[in-house]
Amino acid sequence: MRWLLLKDLQILRRSPLIVALLIAYPVALGVLIGFALSGDDSRPRVAFLNEIPEDEQFQIGGDEEGIDRGLARNQLCERVQCVDVETRAEAEQMVEDGDVLAALILPEDLLDQLESLASLNPQEPMVEVLVNEDDPVKASLVDDRIQALITEANLILSQRISDEAANYLDLLIDGGQFDLPLIADFDVLGLVKSGAILNAVSEELPRDGDARAALQSVIRFARLAQENLDFALPLLGAVAEPISVDKTVVSGDSSALDTFAIAVAATVTLMFVTVLLVAGSLALEREENAFARITRGAVGPSGLLAEKVLLGIVASFAVTLLLLVALTALVSIEWQRAPLIALAILAAGGAFASFGAAIGGSAKEVRASSLLAFMVSLPIAFLSLVPSGTVSGGVFKAIEIIRALFPFDPALDAMQGALDAAGPDILVPLLHCAAILVVYGVLARLALRRFA
Amino acid sequence: MIEAHEIGKKFGDRAALRSVSFEAATGELLAVIGPNGAGKTTLLSILAGIREADSGTLTVPGKVGWVPQQASLYRRLTVAENLRLFAHLEQVVDVDVAVERMLDQTALGERRDDQVGTLSGGNQQRVNIAIGLLSAPTVLLLDEPSTGLDPRQRERLWEFVLDLAGAGTTVIYTTHHVLEAERYGSRVLVLADGERLFDGTAAELHAAVSDSQTRDFERAFVSFLRERGH
Repeated sequence: MRWLLLKDLQILRRSPLIVALLIAYPVALGVLIGFALSGDDSRPRVAFLNEIPEDEQFQIGGDEEGIDRGLARNQLCERVQCVDVETRAEAEQMVEDGDVLAALILPEDLLDQLESLASLNPQEPMVEVLVNEDDPVKASLVDDRIQALITEANLILSQRISDEAANYLDLLIDGGQFDLPLIADFDVLGLVKSGAILNAVSEELPRDGDARAALQSVIRFARLAQENLDFALPLLGAVAEPISVDKTVVSGDSSALDTFAIAVAATVTLMFVTVLLVAGSLALEREENAFARITRGAVGPSGLLAEKVLLGIVASFAVTLLLLVALTALVSIEWQRAPLIALAILAAGGAFASFGAAIGGSAKEVRASSLLAFMVSLPIAFLSLVPSGTVSGGVFKAIEIIRALFPFDPALDAMQGALDAAGPDILVPLLHCAAILVVYGVLARLALRRFA
Repeated sequence: MIEAHEIGKKFGDRAALRSVSFEAATGELLAVIGPNGAGKTTLLSILAGIREADSGTLTVPGKVGWVPQQASLYRRLTVAENLRLFAHLEQVVDVDVAVERMLDQTALGERRDDQVGTLSGGNQQRVNIAIGLLSAPTVLLLDEPSTGLDPRQRERLWEFVLDLAGAGTTVIYTTHHVLEAERYGSRVLVLADGERLFDGTAAELHAAVSDSQTRDFERAFVSFLRERGH
């Protein structure tokens, strides 16, 4: 078997295009993913045109902390990466060129419109959004982002208004000084102090007199108003943010998004390198008419199969390590977990190699095996990335069954578990990979019976 | 001596060999001829151990070298690398000696470091035969060895094979060039539809046809098949 392995490596060495692809593909993939993950700002870029005059400020009631053009910008630009532009034409050009996902324009009279909300003639404040919906996925993304942005802005405003209303209620209950700009400051007595004064006055009135009875009913009303306004305070807070989220994970051990992306890159690399190499290499034995000559000797068909799986494991181990090393320059990989990473690559490589051997044994020709490997592997990889909840329950069950029959899903789980302590438990996917190696190994051996 | 007795082989419902028996002595050149689908390659693959017979017994003394019809070589490996690889797979004791011996016998020493894919068809066939001889077999099986060779290459090939037989190697070969059976075969085995129709010398086959006056062996062979319903 050693000589067969050396022979395959020698043939590989003399196929510079294949070797170049085997090295360049994972490095390129790693660098691309690394750049995508290590970008300093992953928020979408949005052109921002602020037409609100610099000295204008929007205040609610007597609150000193108003909303000015700077605050509006800061609040809106928390969710997106704002690219400031000076004119509407500049904003339109950037959207058209695809430099930004969208343009957000705050009109000159936005603060006036906001201020009108507290008047008897309220107007609906409007902001303008320019988008370039050149494909449906981008259009959907823009809609989601803009909707989230406006929801965020509305939430900020309603919180401000609720806070201000709560201040008014406090003033009504406890009393204090009320500042009316440009007119005057005046004292508000408050329900609590009013109740105390009324109680004192009531004590001085004759017990059986009509005046005292009437005053007592006023005192009861004041107490009732104070108590109910106390209840109104938390209600205002609830109105400002009626629904909050308490997230509980009931299923799945998800690793960080970065780690998941690295695991996907590593698994896709493993899949293509191993399946194509093993399927092609096995089919080549038949294409070169060497299969019968090799297997009539000491090696035998099972030995040849084992050699091909070993070739796949060796190649996939080297290439996947190369990918991870290339990624290390750009993203953080927990190399203290190297033994687990190595174990995951070996197990996944074995499963993919066995799968590739079954394809190579069935196809018999290098071209047919390469085509078959692509046609089978890609849909399985896509199916393995379909998240639950995005399709109906029945369809997802069917997808889960299909996933379990192929190596991509357990390989991805093994890589995630190896790369991240918060990822899935690694033992089950390793055993799953081992089972797949055995099952596809048997299928490949059966296919070789028709090989000669 | 190699002995085959009542060898039978079926592929599904189709009988590829029907109770074929023959013998071949040491140093003998046995030509197996017959129309397409006669069972020639199936017979050789059973003798080589590639396939198993469904029935019958086979006695083969010593090692068997097998040279398949199409060159079984790795085109991206050199001549020497191909020889070395198969010597290891055949578990030859002294690989280097065996490789040098075959390079010498096939006169391919100068091309030893050339990739096989760059060789002519004739030279590829020489490497193909050399691999079959690596283990110094007592029986050599050649499946249509001269296919694709020009007359000069064919002549060199048969000189080489005759030398082997002269040195004591039993050679069993199939061919579509029936004149090669007449010229080089010490005996001729005729198969048709998996059945043995004749086992004897070329002269005996010539004599077995009704029009025995014809001097052309190929015409005599065709007449022989026609007279027996093939």
